[in-house]
Amino acid sequence: MQAWDADRAQARIRELEHLPGALLPILHALQDEFGYIHPAATQMIAGALNLAHAEVHGVISFYHDFRHAAPGRHVLKICRAESCQSMGCDALIQHIERRLSVKLGETTPDQSLTIQQVFCLGNCALSPAVMLDGEPYGRVSPSVADFLIDNARRAQ
Amino acid sequence: MSVRVYVPRDSAALSVGAEGVARAIASEASARGLDITLVRNGSRGMFWLEPLVEVETSRGRIAYGPVSREAIAGLFDAGFLEGKSHALCLGPTEEIPYLKRQERLTFARCGIVDPLSLTDYIAHGGYRGLKQALTLEPQAIVDTVKNSGLRGRGGAGFPTGIKWKTVLGAQSDQKYICCNADEGDSGTYADRMIMEGDPFVLIEGMTIAAIAVGATQGYIYCRSEYPHAFRTMQRAIAIAYENGYLGANLAASGQRFDLEVRLGAGAYICGEETSMLESLEGRRGQIRPKPPLPALEGLFGKPTVVNNVISLATVPIILDKGAEYYRDFGMGKSRGTLTIQLAGNIKHGGLVETAFGITLHDAIYTFGGGTATGRPLRAVQVGGPLGAYFPDTFLDTPLDYEAFAARKGMLGHGGIVVFDDTVDLARQARFAMEFCAIESCGKCTPCRVGSTRGVEVIDRIIANQNRTQNLRLLDDLCELMTDGSLCALGGLIPLPVLSAIRHFPEDFDKRADFDKPAPVSPDLLTAPSQETSPWP
Repeated sequence: MQAWDADRAQARIRELEHLPGALLPILHALQDEFGYIHPAATQMIAGALNLAHAEVHGVISFYHDFRHAAPGRHVLKICRAESCQSMGCDALIQHIERRLSVKLGETTPDQSLTIQQVFCLGNCALSPAVMLDGEPYGRVSPSVADFLIDNARRAQ
Repeated sequence: MSVRVYVPRDSAALSVGAEGVARAIASEASARGLDITLVRNGSRGMFWLEPLVEVETSRGRIAYGPVSREAIAGLFDAGFLEGKSHALCLGPTEEIPYLKRQERLTFARCGIVDPLSLTDYIAHGGYRGLKQALTLEPQAIVDTVKNSGLRGRGGAGFPTGIKWKTVLGAQSDQKYICCNADEGDSGTYADRMIMEGDPFVLIEGMTIAAIAVGATQGYIYCRSEYPHAFRTMQRAIAIAYENGYLGANLAASGQRFDLEVRLGAGAYICGEETSMLESLEGRRGQIRPKPPLPALEGLFGKPTVVNNVISLATVPIILDKGAEYYRDFGMGKSRGTLTIQLAGNIKHGGLVETAFGITLHDAIYTFGGGTATGRPLRAVQVGGPLGAYFPDTFLDTPLDYEAFAARKGMLGHGGIVVFDDTVDLARQARFAMEFCAIESCGKCTPCRVGSTRGVEVIDRIIANQNRTQNLRLLDDLCELMTDGSLCALGGLIPLPVLSAIRHFPEDFDKRADFDKPAPVSPDLLTAPSQETSPWP
């Protein structure tokens, strides 16, 4: 992920603005690039798509995926849905929160890791499931979680 | 001669180390100077055996699993490339009872072919359905789908052919095919498996739908929690274009169909068809009141077929083998096969495609082998977060839309989540309301406000505050949400709540224990896992 760059953002918007229903593809492109949707992007997108600023803001805030601020260097999504509940995800989450001293939705003070809740990763036969930087992990016991977290935090 | 070795690239297989296994096999083979061809297939759907490695031999494909990176050298030593025995050897894949007992129609190729090889796809019967469709009039294609008895596999079970008929009859300069791949329900992964394991079958199904109703543009709305499925679909679509199966004059038919896969953004509600259309149009995923039906005024206000992944992926085999072939499977008004997804606290979790009508008990015990923890089963939730919780006395219910409805449940897409006796149904009921509050689109009051009030009332019941009155209040709230909500989220969330109260009243009759840690089976923390295998 790179730091916010208005010219780069404008270029990405221009690449996608011709698509029918271009707003979500544009938001995904910006978040892929910068890790979040910079406040300045809202006005740029509104201008490109001929939408009201409020409308773009409304869309960004509706979807759980889109962030208003940069996440940690790594993002761990932990499934909280029924299948993972049946295999102890609540205890897993408590374990992770205690170990990192942060709550779901927060980032560690060293900015290395953000943990988030997610409802279903489609890996329900191997619950509890998590996703670290877009890669899935199943049958995640507390010690597997520790291993993943330690590895990620050590890496840049 | 080069030996073909299969290591799945399915997300579930990757989640237990398939990538490391594939790399280890490749490097071990090259270190030993052995010639292998590594194929990254989809999953066979036997997830407790993943990573499941298969080797092609003169006796057919021989399976080994679950394979860890550490086991690779030993497998080579034992001669697994010739299919020789080893502690992890499971014999010929097709003979594994879990697979052998299934009737795989929609999933006929999944786990067998290289998902991104069009040659493989065609060699295994791919594009025969389209070929047949191109010989038929649009009305005849729609009739075939109608006569097959195919009902929407996304959950609602609406007859697919009827939807198509409405779109076919609509007059418009532009029509769309939208595939709902926003598989957000816990306990389901069949859509993901198809997109990762046999993406061309979805492309073919959508192409047939387009030709049947006269649509020229299609969208697959894939949830963002499925990055691998999204990338596989993108690549498969590009391959289909390169080979003339999409775009202008597809398959030399003179017809045009363009297809694009779009990414959702983590909103559960976008699995509701009108929310999905709003999202595709670039708006908040708020549901639209019906009517107008999407079949008449759908995407960008044009007639639109909205079908689930499995429904569309089943169309090619129906066209290829005929409506009757498909209709002959199943029971009552539930025709064809159901893709059962065994999930949660289950020993042998995985995909079971079989004719409608087997009982929950058969699915959970004959296939699933009981709970993963080995503790007694206490509850099952079928049909996702909006499905009812059934007690073990309901395990004789056949997997059939009507049989489930008769017991105030919902078969939905056939996702089955199993809970052992450590489950607390009051917590599950509270979670249902909490989930609804988090995921409500906010359009209608019963869902938006009712879900939050629901959490509060359940908290008071659990805390033993005016329990009788609060139970009555909850009942009243559920009735209001059922009758007054605009869509299935608010309308069905009372199902898990009320079924939990009805079948497990004892769980609502305890002192508050919400500050205590969640109940966890003591066996869980020591359950066999991949702890010894540091995958990355």
